[in-house]
Amino acid sequence: MSNIIDRRKNIKGKSTNNRQKFLKRVEDQIKEAIPDIISQESIKDSNGGGKVKVPIKGLKEPNFRHDPRSGKKQYIRPGNDKFSEGDKVPKPEEGGKGAGSGKGSNSPEISQDDFVVILSRDEFLKYFFEDLELPNMVKKYMESTTTFRYQRAGYTKDSIPSRLNIKTSFQHSLARQISLKGVYAQKIKKLEEELINEKDENKRLVLEQELEKLNRLKNTIPFFEDVDLRYNNFETVPKPATSAVMFCIMDVSASMGYHEKDIAKRFFTLLYIFLTKQYHNVDIVYIRHHTESKEVEEEEFFNSRESGGTVVAPSLRLMHKIMKERYDPQMWNVYCCQASDGDVWSNGDAVECSQFLKNEVLNEVQYMAYIEIKNRGLEGYLWHAYKKLRKQENFSMRNINDISQIWPVFKALFKKKSLVDNED
Amino acid sequence: MIDKEQFKAMFSNPNWDFETIQAADEVTSWIGKEFFKLDTYINQIEIVTSEQMLDAYALIGLPTSYPHWKFGKDFVINQGSYKKGQMGLSYEMVINSNPCISYNMENNSTCMMLLVIAHACQGHNAFFKNNYMFKDWTSADSIIDYMVFARDYILRCEEEFGEEEVEKVLDACHSLMDHGVDKYKKPQKLSAEEERERMKRLTKVKSENYNELLRTLPTESELNTREQYKKLKKFPIEPEENLLYFIEKNAPTLAVWKREIVRIVRKVAQYYYPQTMTKVMNEGFATFMHYHIINKLFDLGYLDDGFMLEFVKSHSGVIYQPDYSSPYFSGLNPYTLGFNIFMDIKRICQNPTQEDKAWFPNLIGKDWLDEVIYAMENFRDDSFIAQYLSPKVIRDMKLFAIFDDEDNEFYEIEAIHNERGYRRIREMLSRQYDRSNRVPDIQVDSVDLHKTSKLNLIHHIHDEKLLDEDEADSTVKHLRYLWEFPVELHSRNKAGIDEDFYEC
Repeated sequence: MSNIIDRRKNIKGKSTNNRQKFLKRVEDQIKEAIPDIISQESIKDSNGGGKVKVPIKGLKEPNFRHDPRSGKKQYIRPGNDKFSEGDKVPKPEEGGKGAGSGKGSNSPEISQDDFVVILSRDEFLKYFFEDLELPNMVKKYMESTTTFRYQRAGYTKDSIPSRLNIKTSFQHSLARQISLKGVYAQKIKKLEEELINEKDENKRLVLEQELEKLNRLKNTIPFFEDVDLRYNNFETVPKPATSAVMFCIMDVSASMGYHEKDIAKRFFTLLYIFLTKQYHNVDIVYIRHHTESKEVEEEEFFNSRESGGTVVAPSLRLMHKIMKERYDPQMWNVYCCQASDGDVWSNGDAVECSQFLKNEVLNEVQYMAYIEIKNRGLEGYLWHAYKKLRKQENFSMRNINDISQIWPVFKALFKKKSLVDNED
Repeated sequence: MIDKEQFKAMFSNPNWDFETIQAADEVTSWIGKEFFKLDTYINQIEIVTSEQMLDAYALIGLPTSYPHWKFGKDFVINQGSYKKGQMGLSYEMVINSNPCISYNMENNSTCMMLLVIAHACQGHNAFFKNNYMFKDWTSADSIIDYMVFARDYILRCEEEFGEEEVEKVLDACHSLMDHGVDKYKKPQKLSAEEERERMKRLTKVKSENYNELLRTLPTESELNTREQYKKLKKFPIEPEENLLYFIEKNAPTLAVWKREIVRIVRKVAQYYYPQTMTKVMNEGFATFMHYHIINKLFDLGYLDDGFMLEFVKSHSGVIYQPDYSSPYFSGLNPYTLGFNIFMDIKRICQNPTQEDKAWFPNLIGKDWLDEVIYAMENFRDDSFIAQYLSPKVIRDMKLFAIFDDEDNEFYEIEAIHNERGYRRIREMLSRQYDRSNRVPDIQVDSVDLHKTSKLNLIHHIHDEKLLDEDEADSTVKHLRYLWEFPVELHSRNKAGIDEDFYEC
């Protein structure tokens, strides 16, 4: 009689379509919220499709309704514990919710000014990149620095001796010898028959000479001729660059406080998300430095309290060394992001950094960003020294003072270099 | 039938299986019919996951609906608060359709399953089938079909005219949904098939698109008297409060496909109309029924004590009514109010006091079940309360009335649960559930037929309640989008003076 149905096996997500429609409608708010989302630490952790919360201002669905403040209203309430007819109860102050009074608005609507959309990681990335307008520079680099590898592609008749393919060449030679022998054998056979039948001595002589010549040719077929030779053929096949390494170099000298490190960290996070989208495989190398530079684990990078004076150049040398050892720029797309407050022990150090970047590092990395986290107006030594590098196509520098500036700066860094220059 | 002991064993196992559901459906149907005279549609019990329940929430319980962002928004909001633990999902959801579809959450315990099956598949089901509002206003046989038709139609429109354009129409219609209901004319019951036929006719025969507004030549007989001629100039002749209907029929230049969407939204609004009018009764009756069915089963020996303990706990959760001063208070719980009134009808029939004899002479000495069924069939919330809310229930719930005038600095306690207060509380509570108290009274007054096609609306102010201005502004814009000519809305008080004015 009744039908009992197990719906659980049905596909879920009946609302997916409507949800998409809704997201489309709040696209602008989501984009606006991107800087907020970025400040959530959860983004990076949710590598494989985690979720991101976006506060959304209530979407209006207007209708004709009464203004709850106006008019004469009557409410029935349960649980009278103290009132008598005719009692006068003061209204709660404006804004106060009047807890316990049990009065107030009779309107059934619950205010939904702020609620949270849980975006999947993919959805988030979609908006993230949309806003970023896919920086051309990185794209270009990806195309031009694609590495090539050789791939066997059949045989060719002309190449260098070292690529001679003996087996194939021999096969060709054999075929040629067999076919030629066959041709000579037929001719010889024919001549021999003629010779038997020929009575005229003169003509016999000619035939005999001819036979002898053919026999000689038949026995002296060259083992290899040029036409037999086959060389291995190779093609250069572009090998897509699929991995990237990001060097995070952070100054942890005494002058870098929590605020500065926080900004640096968020910036690195952003860069990480960005690279993850571009490459299959992203490695991060954390380098922290004060007077000493060392490679550390993520945990230590962000949390260690060790600090001291500032010498910067060794950190760049360390990065370069690690790159040479483990991340061959031929194979890896190398990115580097250096965060510092710009203070250095001596101007010499700053100049050394600048020189080293110019002569060594920038030739091999895809892109390097220097962010100076400084809320005093003055330029640091580093900033001053790096200024000379600004003409380098794959180098950008920016100043960030406040968390809210991270996103604009990031966007600016990943735009065309020319635009960045103009803005500076 | 399997014997009692087997049922008992099955129901005392907290982990249900499909056999249990089947058994629960069987015994509750049997009890419902045999002992409580319940007449129901055939049940369709569907076991769903929480996510599917969220889907069902978003589509307001319908198994399908046309696509719209609003449903996505509701889904996102519900999902958010559900995941944060701010909101529990209801154990069941039931649809006014034939067969009567009910969704049951998979993580209900056996006791919960039995309770919700008794509640939804007997209580609500019987209510849908027999309450006059539902009988008159909805057609349970065709709603699912109709929604399929609506969905397909709107999908086709999206394809042809673009999602954005369709969205605009739907947004506009939704903003007027409260004003898309016929309260006096009963709607024709068209099945989806007939609906399609009607569409065909509409598009085929242009003359079907005959538009009252374009009629400029009065017939001879109409011109007979000057009075009649004047009347003719007034359009519509009677004010119309179903704004969506008015637009559908009279918007001068609205595209045919938009008109059809207006109709679809209007039909959906009409379908939900009885539900909004019978919340207290519907929930009260379903609760009353599950309470009786489960107790009957226990009396007959189908359930053991452990089951009953869990049942009593769940049942009292359902009818929990926090006092006005409690932080959990959020208005009157319709389950409690309805349940209490139905229980009281039974009590009055069985053990009337002197007071009851004075208040409910008609109930005295009657068969309680007949009276309960009669009440269920023939009332809606406001009339039900006006008819049956007894002094005892008012006392039990300690109801009191607060008067709130915006001009006063204080609230006045107008009536409490005493001799003098009973009738006033009953009257006021009845009015509280009267739709006109909630939905502003807005009517089409006239259309400037021959010049501007301007649409004039009047909001009749009751109890000095004005419209929310921002909302009214935006809604008038939606109205204008559909009407396609200027729209004016006058908020007019009893003296006929405009207190507010909106135009677009």
